[in-house]
Amino acid sequence: MAKGREHSILLDFLRRLVRNRLAVAGGAVVLFFFVLSAFPHVFSRHDPNRIDVLKVLQPPSADHPLGTDELGRDVLARMVHGARISLKVGFVAVGIATAIGLLVGLVSGFYGGWIDAVLMRFVDIMLCFPTFFLILAVIAFLEPSIYNIMLVIGVTGWMGVSRLVRAETLSLKERDFVAAARAQGAGNARIIFRHILPNALAPVLVSATLGVAGAILTESALSFLGIGVQPPTPSWGNILTAGKDNIEFAWWLSVYPGLAILFTVLGYNLLGEGIRDAVDPRLRGR
Amino acid sequence: MTGVNGTLLALENIYKHFPVKRSFFSAEMLKVHAVDGVSLGVPAGKTVGLVGESGCGKTTLGRLVIRLISPDAGRIVFQGRDITHLAGEELRRIRREMQIIFQDPYSSLNPRMRVRDIVGEGWLVHGLAGRDEIRGLAERLLLRVGLTADAADKYPHEFSGGQRQRIGIARAIALSPKLVIADEPVSALDVSVQAQILNLLKDIQEEYGMAYLFVSHDLRVIRHMSDTVAVMYLGKLMEVSPVEELFSKPLHPYSRGLLAAVPMLGEAPQEKIVLRGEIPSPLAPPPGCRFHTRCFMAQKICEEVCPILRESHPGRLTACHFV
Repeated sequence: MAKGREHSILLDFLRRLVRNRLAVAGGAVVLFFFVLSAFPHVFSRHDPNRIDVLKVLQPPSADHPLGTDELGRDVLARMVHGARISLKVGFVAVGIATAIGLLVGLVSGFYGGWIDAVLMRFVDIMLCFPTFFLILAVIAFLEPSIYNIMLVIGVTGWMGVSRLVRAETLSLKERDFVAAARAQGAGNARIIFRHILPNALAPVLVSATLGVAGAILTESALSFLGIGVQPPTPSWGNILTAGKDNIEFAWWLSVYPGLAILFTVLGYNLLGEGIRDAVDPRLRGR
Repeated sequence: MTGVNGTLLALENIYKHFPVKRSFFSAEMLKVHAVDGVSLGVPAGKTVGLVGESGCGKTTLGRLVIRLISPDAGRIVFQGRDITHLAGEELRRIRREMQIIFQDPYSSLNPRMRVRDIVGEGWLVHGLAGRDEIRGLAERLLLRVGLTADAADKYPHEFSGGQRQRIGIARAIALSPKLVIADEPVSALDVSVQAQILNLLKDIQEEYGMAYLFVSHDLRVIRHMSDTVAVMYLGKLMEVSPVEELFSKPLHPYSRGLLAAVPMLGEAPQEKIVLRGEIPSPLAPPPGCRFHTRCFMAQKICEEVCPILRESHPGRLTACHFV
């Protein structure tokens, strides 16, 4: 009964996660982009917004490892700084979606009855809209700033989480420890936040990890269409837009941001699936 | 604080039916007759054993008593006060006086809480102790139930089934309740551990003077623990007798059948009574006496008239036309 056993749930989880090679690869990619966005100046000494008309559309070279864009800006510098924007959008948007989803799911599952019926029909209605067009419609009315993007992606992406949490809550609220808490005299708020929420978080973590990938992809798509992150602020999506116009003679403008998006999304998906497998009790002990 | 004749808890004609839909497409509602007109008293400081087969409504009755679920009809009188319809703050306050120990030691402890927080939750929600005091109080309580003080800082998954049940007992006695519902507290444990837990429950009862409503399907456990035994079948009580009298001379044919099925060492040869068939569905309990479909004494009247629970012998209640 050493102190080390206290964290054995976590250790057990990490051990199973590490054994999954794809998850480790995904985690490494995620970590790499994290470091990239945390220390952009280490990876590129160029200013991402410095225009140099003498160096327009130069192919990759020693000075500009990923070439330059149509305004002579260093693509590597723009990508590195864009990574921060993409990750920020991904995390904040998923944070908003998860918070809304948790609240709706907990309330819906715990109280049941007409509250549950109303909330779940609202979820159904939200799911009826093609999310991307909903975002396009909302962005058309709002100013396309990075904060509005985060907000809109978050507000249109919580339905999956709420259903997940509702299902968990339905099963957790019938467990004996909830009955015990009630018998002890605990109120609804305490039961929801102290007893049900902590036990419902594992699947939410998985869905949040997968959600980050989706949010990054959505942000890239919006920026590509020109209604996302606005130039001159760099984002992988809007670098790609510039690449589209010059794809015949400047392949590096499209390929590198494309690869960055591909690997990030792949990384989050692999990591998310790895976490899902590692928390799955049916796989315990393998 | 207690009612007539030192009665701590009195159940008066309690009903609980759970509605279920026959199928997705039909509007017809069926009812599970979980508890069907039960009256029972629990004297202060004593143990009333509640015995019966799986699905007879024992657990439902236990949960009704501490108002985890509400009865459809009837009265629950606790310490001379009708608590049937208490809600909100009043219900919360009365819960200090009654606690429950669960059958499954795995699902009854929150896996994300430390043992000291599990044991101390009652103190916290009733404002009896601050966060800083809980640790010391919890340690003392854990020592009392036979665990070590350092258990307070651990999580439930670090304990065995028997140890977890001790934690559950510590939680139940933390608020010094007057009544503890023990809902099959040992049936999920190994036989060797069962005895330890039963003796712990007895010691604690002597020390704290609380009453138990002890629910079990195991007659030997019931005999060891109870002062009075209530025999339940399909939502109704068949017999209520003092423990030794029940075991030496069961009156109701169902009690006789149950006792005949238990092997007892070193006892006089038992009656040979085999209960035929299965327990009928509580969705459609048989008319008349609930037990007549399996009873070896059944007559015509049993199919038509439901016998009431009455004092057929001094100090003993039975629900049978022929006892």
